[in-house]
Amino acid sequence: MTAAPEAAALEAPALETTGLGKRYGRKWALADCTLAIPAGHVAGLVGPNGAGKSTLLQLAVGLLRPTSGSIQVLGGRPAAGPGELAKVGFVAQDTPVYSALSVREHLRLGAWLNPRWDNALAERRIAALDLDRNQRAGRLSGGQRAQLALTLALAKRPELLILDEPVASLDPLARRDFLRLLMEAVAETGVSVVLSSHLVADLERVCDYLVVLAAAHVQVTGEVEDLLAAHVRLTGPRRDPAQLPAGQHVIEASHTDRQSTLIVRTDGPIHDPAWTVEQLSLEDLVLAYMSQAGRAERVRKASFRTGKSRSGMGVSR
Amino acid sequence: MIQLTWRQIRAQALVAYGLLAVIAVVLAITGPKVAHFYDAYVATCAAHSDCGTVQNAFLHYQHVVQAALGPILLVLPVLFGMFWGAPLIARELETGTFRLAWTQSLTRGRWLAVKLGLLGLAAMAAAGLLSLMVTWWFSPLDRMNLSRLTPGVFDERGIVPIGYAAFAFAFGVTAGVVIRRTVPAMAATIVAYVGARLAATYGIRPYLFAPLRITSALQLGGPNGPSPPGLGAPNPADWVLSSNTINAAGRVIGQNGAINMPGGNQGIGFQSGSNGISLGGVGRCPNIPASAKIRPGSNLGRSGALQTCIDRLGVRQELVYQPISRFWDYQWCELAIFLGAAAVLAAFCLWWVRRRLA
Amino acid sequence: MIEFHLDSRSGVAPYQQLIQQVRQALRLGLLCEGDQLPTVKDVVGRLAINPNTVLKAYRELEYGGLVAARPGVGTFVTGTLGGGSIAAHGPLRQDLRRWLAKARRAGLDEESIEALFQTTFRASAEQDIA
Repeated sequence: MTAAPEAAALEAPALETTGLGKRYGRKWALADCTLAIPAGHVAGLVGPNGAGKSTLLQLAVGLLRPTSGSIQVLGGRPAAGPGELAKVGFVAQDTPVYSALSVREHLRLGAWLNPRWDNALAERRIAALDLDRNQRAGRLSGGQRAQLALTLALAKRPELLILDEPVASLDPLARRDFLRLLMEAVAETGVSVVLSSHLVADLERVCDYLVVLAAAHVQVTGEVEDLLAAHVRLTGPRRDPAQLPAGQHVIEASHTDRQSTLIVRTDGPIHDPAWTVEQLSLEDLVLAYMSQAGRAERVRKASFRTGKSRSGMGVSR
Repeated sequence: MIQLTWRQIRAQALVAYGLLAVIAVVLAITGPKVAHFYDAYVATCAAHSDCGTVQNAFLHYQHVVQAALGPILLVLPVLFGMFWGAPLIARELETGTFRLAWTQSLTRGRWLAVKLGLLGLAAMAAAGLLSLMVTWWFSPLDRMNLSRLTPGVFDERGIVPIGYAAFAFAFGVTAGVVIRRTVPAMAATIVAYVGARLAATYGIRPYLFAPLRITSALQLGGPNGPSPPGLGAPNPADWVLSSNTINAAGRVIGQNGAINMPGGNQGIGFQSGSNGISLGGVGRCPNIPASAKIRPGSNLGRSGALQTCIDRLGVRQELVYQPISRFWDYQWCELAIFLGAAAVLAAFCLWWVRRRLA
Repeated sequence: MIEFHLDSRSGVAPYQQLIQQVRQALRLGLLCEGDQLPTVKDVVGRLAINPNTVLKAYRELEYGGLVAARPGVGTFVTGTLGGGSIAAHGPLRQDLRRWLAKARRAGLDEESIEALFQTTFRASAEQDIA
């Protein structure tokens, strides 16, 4: 599916941001976001609700404009013109469709509004999904709507597919069907995918690139393989995390009176024989970064509050 | 995009044009009858000396249709604004379908431009057709006596309804874009439409062209005779803006050939005073000796001296009016104003959707 | 044509599981020389996994000389797994049964037997590599 590594490096990244930020009123939904998701991958964007995933994806398709920083999609500005719009397919959260139009009319909508529309592909998918083409879209189940929306996005033959929590409200069977359809399309067409979810288990199967977003900031990004190789769980006698050698960064630490368990990002192998080294699952890794972000957020808020009380604005706690 | 727009508006468009067809049928049936009535009776009424009764009957002929057409033409533009304009974008924003529509392969600007253009033209065409039919149907009645420039008649004839429809539609879309919710946008459209029409009818239209003025002498009737008729416009179809009584300096001192008197009365009142006769509210009669008095039955009234007094004081009647010959000037002007406003609103919408809604 | 399945709780990487299943199928005679492996599209369409995972597994099998990819056509089995023919299984199975009976008579329970087997197996495998 992917080209040789050297050729892939020359391709423009699927999604590239530099210091990207989006503010609503006084609250920053996304702040200081810098990442570069390479093309030819299925990238998972994971984080708790309200972390800024939806904001980032909507910035990527031009539904929102950045407050600060810049974002580039396939080397161009999002939604700059018909050419850029045609290269990116989008499925929004809770998959909006026109409830008065039938399934067939939605396909015609795609054909009318997209020059690269592949009608044969669309019809094949609809037939394989057993959707009644005369059914009004408003009467479809959640899973069927999601499949219809995905079909519309796929049949315009995009180079990049952006999916905002596409399986969040689906039952397990519908969820699996959706991902199967998606992976088939990736295998067939080589389309890059960026999809967001707060369910890590789904992402583990399909993603080979990961972005963890929490508290409106990017926590970690990288190829899943590299991330899993670089992060380990160390169990051993109680130790101060600050005493670890350079090149080993503690993400999460928990201690009992005798024992320390650390989740560590390491540049090289662990040589210290006192530690038991274990591989992490993707879920463990994501949770570690999310809880680190949560702690940082609490510290930030506490210092903000004490700062306020110091300036005489009230008694804290 | 054109086919998609048609598909989305299909049901409503069919209703609108279907109703238009029904109205056309009704008018096609009754119109010739109206024309025939006019030709047979009203045109020849002078010869039969029954103009009064015939004209009265004509005014009530087909009164159901007459009464219905006015409100229809009044309400049609604002309906376009409410049901085609307000939901155009507001509905997409409310239901979230804009996230589907604006991530296809055409830009928001083009998407909106096509929708605005197609639906705007459809609304304008419907309004134009209806207005055409109504103007044709009413033409015998208009020929009889109604001034086509008066409010209530002017805006239901000719080409101005096209402008009203365009404006109401454009405002509806704008309200939907800014307010982002359909129902409040509909309400705002009604308010704006009513306000704009009132402003245009009473605040702009009378002064679009400088009105004409004619003056004439104020005639006193005899003590036992009827009052002479007030000043009339040259053409019975002219639009009379006001009929005033003015003094020598040109200041308005009363209406319709009467003078405003203290105590709220209107009339022409001569008063006896220590230095002769004076015209109430104006001044002393210069041609009457200081010792004269008015007594009931005196022959001062018959002598014409009072009439001379009025003339010498410079009290006259003045008629301010717009001539009917300006009818089409007015139509084109008002059409241009409303179309211009619609164009400004449409440009604003395009700008807002592209720059601000992101 | 074989069908793959994934055990998401086994702790073994998905691409490893695919490799193991191909090798197992070869061993048991379910796959013979010349047979075609399922296409990448079919595998991901059934399992909902990243196509790169399947490609990686097929690449490693190809590197090990077991399969060969023909562009535009598919991936086909080219080798067999060494380790003797099925015929050798019979006597080996008999020896194994005897050893198991001995272990049970010695008083080992199921878990101990399995632990003993695993540790000895791994130790001998490491010795072979070293």
